[in-house]
Amino acid sequence: MKLAQVRIMLNAEVLCGMEWLDRDVKSACGSDLMSDVLAFTKEQALLLTGLTNIQVIRTAEMSDLVAIIFVRGKRPGPDVIEMAQKMQIPLLTTERQMYEACGLLYKDGLAGCSLKEEPSCCRNKG
Amino acid sequence: MPEQGIELEFTLESADFNGAGEASSKIKRTLQQLGVRPDIIRRIAISAYEAEMNVIIHAYRGVMKAEIYSDRTELVVDDEGPGISDVGLAMQAGYSTAPDHIREMGFGAGMGLPNMVRCTDKFDIKSIKGVGTKLSMIIYH
Repeated sequence: MKLAQVRIMLNAEVLCGMEWLDRDVKSACGSDLMSDVLAFTKEQALLLTGLTNIQVIRTAEMSDLVAIIFVRGKRPGPDVIEMAQKMQIPLLTTERQMYEACGLLYKDGLAGCSLKEEPSCCRNKG
Repeated sequence: MPEQGIELEFTLESADFNGAGEASSKIKRTLQQLGVRPDIIRRIAISAYEAEMNVIIHAYRGVMKAEIYSDRTELVVDDEGPGISDVGLAMQAGYSTAPDHIREMGFGAGMGLPNMVRCTDKFDIKSIKGVGTKLSMIIYH
């Protein structure tokens, strides 16, 4: 699934990274716990979160995430957006709540990051 | 890549949440410039970032050192801090002593140390109560 499709499905506003919407999203994860994101996501996963601090951007950077969607209409401060722009991490915001946003994407075929459920999705290669 | 390795060293300060992750970010960028495989870099970056956050959350100050060789990266994170009273317990997924304001930032879920073990090929932890904690990790390329 392309990030552009995710944007349409969630009627999301792009906060930065309009030029990277053609990126492929391989899987997704909904979490406000950054340690869980670091532990359980795979590269090129999309993160849905209600947290808007700088650590979310750092976590995305370390985990090679494809983009971040803020749920419940949350918006990070300009310093956070600027940092994401510099790191080429697209940021989007949707009015949908976490459960709805995740459900809409899952229903449309975007897999989670669980190895058990989606053996073909996002497994570490090496 | 030079045979003797490249050494990077960073000073970490307690509660420096805005700077948290800068050291790991620099390590990651250096590995990218050296052409290390992306899936390996990801494991190193995650281990470094978890360790860096631990110092900023729990310790008073610390030093993170990365030594990058052609076949491996060695990370050593040495802090001055309260130490860990029960290392066995701290290694269990879900165990955390982090205060609420840290949890509100998305950390303190008790996944840091187990996550570092998972991402590294060799992991060693030494902690002395009232003195500090030293983590030594090796990731083969």
